[in-house]
Amino acid sequence: MRIRVISSLIVLGSLIVATAALAAAPIKIGALFAVTGPASFLGEPERNSAKMVVDEINAAGGVKGHKLELVVYDTSGDATKAVQLATRLIKDDKVLAIIGPSTTGESMAVIPVAEKDHIPLISCSAGIKITEPVKRWVFKTAQNDTLAVGRIYQQLQKQRVRRVSILTVSDGFGSSGREQLKAQAARFGITVVSDDTYGPKDTDMTAQLTRIRGIKPDAIICWGTNPGPAVIARNARQLGLKIPLYMSHGVSSRKFIELAGDAAEGIRIPSGKVLVAGLLPKSDPQKKSLMTFVKDYQRHYHAEGDHFAGHAWDAVMLLKGAIERGGNSAATIRDQLEKTRQFHGIGGTFTYSAHDHAGLGKDAFVLVEVKGRDWVIVK
Amino acid sequence: MQFDQLLQYTLSGLSTGAIYALIGIGFSIIYNATGIINFAQGEFVMLGGMLTLFFLETLKLPLWAAIPCAVAASTAAGMLFERLAIRPLRRPTPINLVIITIGGSILIRGLAMLLWGKDTHSIPSFSGDDPIAVGGATILPQHLWIMGITLLIVAANKFYFYHTISGKAMRACSYNRRAAGLVGIDVRRMVLFSFIISSAMGSVAGIIVAPLTMTAYDVGVMLGLKGFCAAIIGGMSSGGATVVGGLLLGVLESLGAGLISSGYKDAIAFIVLLLILFVRPQGLFGKAQSERV
Repeated sequence: MRIRVISSLIVLGSLIVATAALAAAPIKIGALFAVTGPASFLGEPERNSAKMVVDEINAAGGVKGHKLELVVYDTSGDATKAVQLATRLIKDDKVLAIIGPSTTGESMAVIPVAEKDHIPLISCSAGIKITEPVKRWVFKTAQNDTLAVGRIYQQLQKQRVRRVSILTVSDGFGSSGREQLKAQAARFGITVVSDDTYGPKDTDMTAQLTRIRGIKPDAIICWGTNPGPAVIARNARQLGLKIPLYMSHGVSSRKFIELAGDAAEGIRIPSGKVLVAGLLPKSDPQKKSLMTFVKDYQRHYHAEGDHFAGHAWDAVMLLKGAIERGGNSAATIRDQLEKTRQFHGIGGTFTYSAHDHAGLGKDAFVLVEVKGRDWVIVK
Repeated sequence: MQFDQLLQYTLSGLSTGAIYALIGIGFSIIYNATGIINFAQGEFVMLGGMLTLFFLETLKLPLWAAIPCAVAASTAAGMLFERLAIRPLRRPTPINLVIITIGGSILIRGLAMLLWGKDTHSIPSFSGDDPIAVGGATILPQHLWIMGITLLIVAANKFYFYHTISGKAMRACSYNRRAAGLVGIDVRRMVLFSFIISSAMGSVAGIIVAPLTMTAYDVGVMLGLKGFCAAIIGGMSSGGATVVGGLLLGVLESLGAGLISSGYKDAIAFIVLLLILFVRPQGLFGKAQSERV
């Protein structure tokens, strides 16, 4: 009798195991984000939106019956840690693809790992070096600085502006912007007449602006992330500067207006479309993705989903697309990623190819301006 | 070089310098009473700004009520810091104490980050944002507040240290702790007092700059360092010399950024710091101390 009970239990148990194995195994995806540390303004929203979109995909039944399983590690913005965690994701967690890291420095450090172990990596950082030259296993979702600079210069050229002063922050983001601003100027018939910098923790930039006022440029371009540009906006107002002020996509959020207050009026920036999702015409191909993303993010986190959060959203959705089209191993997912065509995401419309693993065109950026304490699209 | 440009650099420098001075005096008061450099001084500056924000936004107090509450709360934090971290130390060698203050600053910053998050916040100006023209240059009403409050605090300090019993007792401690103890001054109480005064001053500095520079959990680091430079230039005096040190530093930074290159702004502050430490370790205005044997 007892033996029968035990053996039937064994049979029952093995049945349960068998059915669990039959219901498709989950697909493991790794994620490396700088959730803490100096780049946490990137990593935190990225982690939030990656978790959000994976939960939603699973709630809707997964991808082709497979649930997604997201393994997130915090790199705290440290390249060495990012490499260790990437190895751990590949060797211990046996993930099929990795999303992140958040910063260009970490991405560059992790690339050799992904290349060696043949794991597709979708970086969420902007540096142009990540996908140029093209690396077989590496893709990215964040818009290149080149595109942002190009968008500003295109506008300046249209307004026949010739002389610009640049004021950039002395960190990775600022120096990359500074390089691009100087490199592309000539192509648009623009001369950079002065080149100033400020420290990421500086609290007063009137000295730099006074100098620029003396030079009398036609426009000022400031490249940095909060709070520096907000201080600059306030300083410019204090000095009564009448020169048009352009800033980077690094301040593309409502937070900037909140910090700069009235001084933000009239400032123009190139921005991902997510900032003005509600204002886009219905004909815009990204409108549907953008509205879904903004509403979901608001519902889950009671915060504004910014374009950083969008990078991770795009990465997960691109993977989903690749798996739907038949990717079921690291190699096939990579091949299918490369075949992505016209995916309307948050950062723009992605079309990857063997020669282009960044996938975005000029239409990824719109030029927006602060009017009445809100962002509006510059026509 | 146009005159109004020069004037603008100087005015900007003076108003930034006033803040450095206020933070610098906080350093010197504690140094004089205890012989230690309190590297957590910058965190009280941060606490001033962040607590004001907390009282304004979370407790919905008006600005005039939020400011004293914030000063009181940061002063309490300074007291707590002295009681929990400085006083219990069994063998208070200067190096131990300095390391404790560094640890304390990391702890305070971490707690602030956990409590209030990593975002930068702005605080409304005390009296509007309309620039005031001075010659060809412009300043904001907030700059006047900064300079005025700094002057007031320096004057109050002077009065306290030279015309009150406890102020005189504190000066006695700074000259010779043991002798002060022998004549009946409670040295440990004076140490507590010094922490109270300097944390209150630090928080006031943090509050009056916050409308201009905005505030976040990590603003204390750089401001603290600059304040430290000011104190070194002033030879760790808790009066006029440190004020001059702070103003000098602010003006040098601003002139350096304007006339030479903005890339060297912070370098200028630290080069000045190193030069003073090498050439005149007693401060720009101090007399060299002679050791009596």
